Amino acid sequence: MSLLEIRNLCVEFETRGGAFRAVDGVSLDIDPGEIVSIVGESGSGKSVAMLAVMGLLPRTAHVTADVLRFAGRDLMRLPARERRRIVGREIAMIFQEPMSSLNPCFTVGFQIGEVLKTHLGLGRAERRARTIELLGAVGIPDAERRLSAFPHQMSGGMSQRVMIAMAIACNPKLLIADEPTTALDVTIQAQILDLLVKLQQERGMALVLITHDMGVVAETAQRVIVQYAGQQVEKATTRELFRDPHHPYSAALLAALPERATTKVLPSIPGVVPGQYDRPQGCLFAPRCAHAFALCHAKAPPPAGSELSEALCHTPLVGGVPVVPGAAA
Amino acid sequence: MLTYIGRRLALTIPTIFALMFLTFLAVRLVPGDPVEVRTGERGISPERLAQFRHELGLDQPVWKQFADYVSGLAQGDFGISLVTKEPVLKEFLTLFPATLELAFFATVFAVTFGIPFGVVAALRRGGILDHGLMGVALFGYSMPIFWWGLLLILFFSVQLDLTPVSGRIDLLYYFEPVTGFMTIDALISGQEGAFASALSHLVLPAVVLGTIPLAAIARMTRSSMLEVLEEDYVRTARAKGLPPLRVIGLHALRNAMIPVVTVIGLQGGTLLAGAVLTETIFAWPGVGKWLIESIFRRDYPALQGGVLLISSILVLVNLGVDIVNGVINPRVRHGR
Ligand SMILES: Nc1ncnc2c1ncn2[C@@H]1O[C@H](COP(=O)(O)OP(=O)(O)O)[C@@H](O)[C@H]1O
Ligand SMILES: [Mg+2]
Repeated sequence: MSLLEIRNLCVEFETRGGAFRAVDGVSLDIDPGEIVSIVGESGSGKSVAMLAVMGLLPRTAHVTADVLRFAGRDLMRLPARERRRIVGREIAMIFQEPMSSLNPCFTVGFQIGEVLKTHLGLGRAERRARTIELLGAVGIPDAERRLSAFPHQMSGGMSQRVMIAMAIACNPKLLIADEPTTALDVTIQAQILDLLVKLQQERGMALVLITHDMGVVAETAQRVIVQYAGQQVEKATTRELFRDPHHPYSAALLAALPERATTKVLPSIPGVVPGQYDRPQGCLFAPRCAHAFALCHAKAPPPAGSELSEALCHTPLVGGVPVVPGAAA
Repeated sequence: MLTYIGRRLALTIPTIFALMFLTFLAVRLVPGDPVEVRTGERGISPERLAQFRHELGLDQPVWKQFADYVSGLAQGDFGISLVTKEPVLKEFLTLFPATLELAFFATVFAVTFGIPFGVVAALRRGGILDHGLMGVALFGYSMPIFWWGLLLILFFSVQLDLTPVSGRIDLLYYFEPVTGFMTIDALISGQEGAFASALSHLVLPAVVLGTIPLAAIARMTRSSMLEVLEEDYVRTARAKGLPPLRVIGLHALRNAMIPVVTVIGLQGGTLLAGAVLTETIFAWPGVGKWLIESIFRRDYPALQGGVLLISSILVLVNLGVDIVNGVINPRVRHGR
């Protein structure tokens, strides 16, 4: 049985300009102990989708799903109290901005210890010992002295390590890492990524890694979902996606990788992800798609079959060439 | 922490010096010679005038007068009241506990209602409760103290006969002041009903004096809370699975309090200014009422000493606020 089952997850925000659908039909299964990556440009609804799983969206968000189940428990129906027993304990999440994600008024030791107290009911001495252990596990030197440090006394990389220590405090079954390295120096990025993968393997937890960087995907994930403007446009194993991307958007993201470049200038995808007010009719990617034709601008595509990675496209690519599904065979 | 306090303390010394200079200057800039003013219509012989001026040190050059004034201050000499012939410091110290007691209860009132009002308004942003509470706060903020005091007296004292109109305690009770705080002295005296009487005398003046600070605190708490609730660390607190009471009451409120503490400290000025009016309305024998009376009596030494003492107290209150800020905000303590 899957650890996390998501079927047709949608999130709509009430805004002044009316309802805005930030996540539109995401379906995903995560098995225990695997690394799944969610990839897409900024504004694709990656964060919102995972915040919906955590139950952390503001009140203006309206979440619907055919299935939203964690370890057999229906998250949509769970009372808030019960859900809080899962969140922070069995599912944990770390964020893009480690510096502002820690509370400036409390010490590192307090903020980690708080999780241990809330979920495990540990006493003072036990909390202290366990916190030192956790800080050691995330590679913070001189852990004992760090207990009384305040967030403003630490670097970004150090803060993210503390966030990770906090997240793994109760040995979660699933860790969601939302662009954990985006805000960090390049040299630190690789260290944090390595740490996450190491902890994931040691502890056998599942890891959802949100990123906009296909390079990160290649290094870490076993499976990928590609998200664009709130929609899931492709779902594949990392190998399959890198070997033969079926959605033009995935292909474009891959083409932008430095190691895949065929020219000196990196190809970038022209245009930006549509927001609330500039949603095109038909396929949402059509205005930026190199292969778009009349139908794409008129009608939203249905997902292709699983042999084509459920690509959300009228003419998914096969070997880089658009084909009409069914017609080819 | 200690070095932080030391640094802040060092900064207050020049402020106190400036205050001495300003109060000295202000009294000398008031039109009219204090001696001539005192002699009144009948006039005075030039010899007597010269003698008076000599006694008051007014025949000295101004810099010498200031030096004498400062060295007097250093020895705790704040001058002698022209009216009562008592040392100004002694008069001030006798009356100040009454003002302090009033200001204390006014602050307690303002904080106990202002902070929860602000928090609730922020949590119910845009709702009826938010609009209701903030409407009331704006109303309280713009209410003139005189009018508000009279309104409350008319309703609670005259109509409902619930609270006394003036003074600090019923005349039934008498005991020697020990601390100068009527509520504490009443408790010490052990007389039955004395404490309740002192408290009932305090309620209306404290409410009147505390209304503007309450409104200021509520508005600051609301806006600060709204800002903090959007912060990443509040999301982290919720992602940890902490109960909402802990997320709001500890993680958010602790940060939201930083600007609010400053606002509470700044109310010190509002409180002392308001005390002048409130004490006059409720015949409350504190330094506010005393200062007003000194003005009418042209008791310049009392005025000069009183203003200096009050402003020095405000400086110390601000120092206290900075120290509290250092305690709740580690970034301040570590000098960023
Ligand atoms: N609280 C909110 N209210 C309204 N719109 C929001 C809110 N949060 C996010 N959005 C919108 O949802 C879309 C997806 O955002 P997000 O999930 O943060 O993107 P990503 O993480 O993929 O960069 C964006 O267009 C963003 O503006
Ligand atoms: Mg994001």
